[in-house]
Amino acid sequence: MRHRLKALAAAAASVPITLFGLVLVTFLIGRVMPIDPVIAIVGDHAPPDVMARVRLELGLDRPLLVQFGIYLNHLLHGDLGRSVMTSHSVVHDIKQFFPATLELAIVAIFVATVIGIPLGVLAATRQGSRIDTVVRVFCLAGQSVPIFLLGLLCLVIFYVKLGWAPGTGREDVIFAGTIPPVTGLLTIDTLLAGDWDAFHDALAHLAQPAGVLAYFSMAYITRMTRAFMLDALAGEYVITARAKGLSAARVVWRHAFGNISVRLVTVLALTFAGLLEGAVVTETVFSWPGIGQYLTVSLLNADMNAVLGATLVIGISYLLLNLLADAAYTLMDPRVR
Amino acid sequence: MLVDIANLRVTFPTPRGPSAAVRGVSISLGAEKLGIVGESGSGKSLTARSILKLLPGNATLAADRLSFDGIDILAANERAMRAIRGKRAGLIMQDPKYSLNPVMTAGGQIAEAWRAHHKGSARQARDAAMDLLAQVQIRDPARVAQAYPHELSGGMGQRVMIAMMLAPDPELLIADEPTSALDATVQAEILRLMEDLVARRGMALILISHDLPLVSHFCDRVAVMYAGRIVEELRAGDLTRATHPYTRGLLDCLPALSHPQPRLKVLVRDAAWSA
Repeated sequence: MRHRLKALAAAAASVPITLFGLVLVTFLIGRVMPIDPVIAIVGDHAPPDVMARVRLELGLDRPLLVQFGIYLNHLLHGDLGRSVMTSHSVVHDIKQFFPATLELAIVAIFVATVIGIPLGVLAATRQGSRIDTVVRVFCLAGQSVPIFLLGLLCLVIFYVKLGWAPGTGREDVIFAGTIPPVTGLLTIDTLLAGDWDAFHDALAHLAQPAGVLAYFSMAYITRMTRAFMLDALAGEYVITARAKGLSAARVVWRHAFGNISVRLVTVLALTFAGLLEGAVVTETVFSWPGIGQYLTVSLLNADMNAVLGATLVIGISYLLLNLLADAAYTLMDPRVR
Repeated sequence: MLVDIANLRVTFPTPRGPSAAVRGVSISLGAEKLGIVGESGSGKSLTARSILKLLPGNATLAADRLSFDGIDILAANERAMRAIRGKRAGLIMQDPKYSLNPVMTAGGQIAEAWRAHHKGSARQARDAAMDLLAQVQIRDPARVAQAYPHELSGGMGQRVMIAMMLAPDPELLIADEPTSALDATVQAEILRLMEDLVARRGMALILISHDLPLVSHFCDRVAVMYAGRIVEELRAGDLTRATHPYTRGLLDCLPALSHPQPRLKVLVRDAAWSA
């Protein structure tokens, strides 16, 4: 147990180093790009003396390394600078936008896991059957249909034609600003406020983007579960378990699934990380005010402080989830020593 | 008659039509020790596993008669088979490295086998597991019970496997090359242990091996398989009086200290054997 914890500590210690690398690279890309942040602030037609003054204020006349040092110093004090676009501090913006993505990702991964894992196990135990074929086609579609197409189809069918779902965005305008933000997760905040109508509205808005993302993730989770299970079911210990006279359910879930659960935790953690970083397209289609949309819009407007801040948040989430997957391996699998 | 097999056939589908791996095996077994000898692919494992209906998913099983203690195995459903598997007939496989579940403790796996067929608490199952570990002559049962398979040596692993299969007190033990993956010195220990336990419990044993002298030393009766058929069946003591050219050929290929030969003979196969 002791050396396992040691290995885990080593993995955790590598996180700050990776983060430093991430900050450095993102910072350099932002400075090397042929975009003038001064123009982004004052516009094309500002007089030259204004431009020069702003350049000085931003510290852009200093050497790159010094600029990086200053940025790093601010970062360590929890200051990510100010966004040109929103004119709020980037930290404030992230607090606004990130929970929206988090809410979407949590619901999506939950639905994807609850459906995907049993489906994958079912397909594996009935390999080659009609059920297996249906599951495989269903997953292939989920993985190969572009997510923007799926999103648009959803909107056309459920919003435009059937009128079952509300339109884009996180909430209806009549609820905007009525719910005091506590967690930033609208479904929870509306519940905390005791506003049932707003809760239903938030849930209805969440359903489509979360459903699209859940389908996409579920396809991957099901495929991985199926592949892992086929591998495990071919193991000799499965024959042993059957020779002991155990029930089929116990052979499948206790013995075969017990051997793949650790690997699945890794898949789930990385899928979740992918949802946090990769929901950009979905957020755009559904006008979901999440971190992906914030990042895209900032990038298009050369709002480098915002880009750096959003990248960092996504990077940290990714690293932490990776660490979690490592921890699962180290603590759950008796073979890891 | 504990096991009664008549004209057993096991076939696998291939792109070029069904391929028969076992082609009409007939054999019966009482409370005795039967050895099945043959090379890889001769169908000896499939024959033995047919008794438990533990064949690969794509195999087709057919026979004129296949029964265990009067129960018709061919007609038995999964539920009926589960009452036989473990409870009345156990199976020990070649390499404990693969046949033990890598993420369950040795004790846990034995206790599970015990609980599958006995009514009792988790505590009783744990105590039974300890007792079984002691019966397979493991010196420190408490430590081994806590250990995971990768922490055990091959010999220890195979002892755990034996303990697990003895847990529900079966009447028949099928040992499918139980010592092939072990060191020579450990092989003897494991065989002696099995011999001892089988004798003490009055169990029947099917020992599958490709080691003809070992099997004849250890069993009452030996069946020699070749290409999915039993080509010769004799009392273990009569091995020197074997008549089939395949059996004779195998015996001739063995080096003997008493009659040293400058060159070992090579087995020359006859296509007629597999006809």
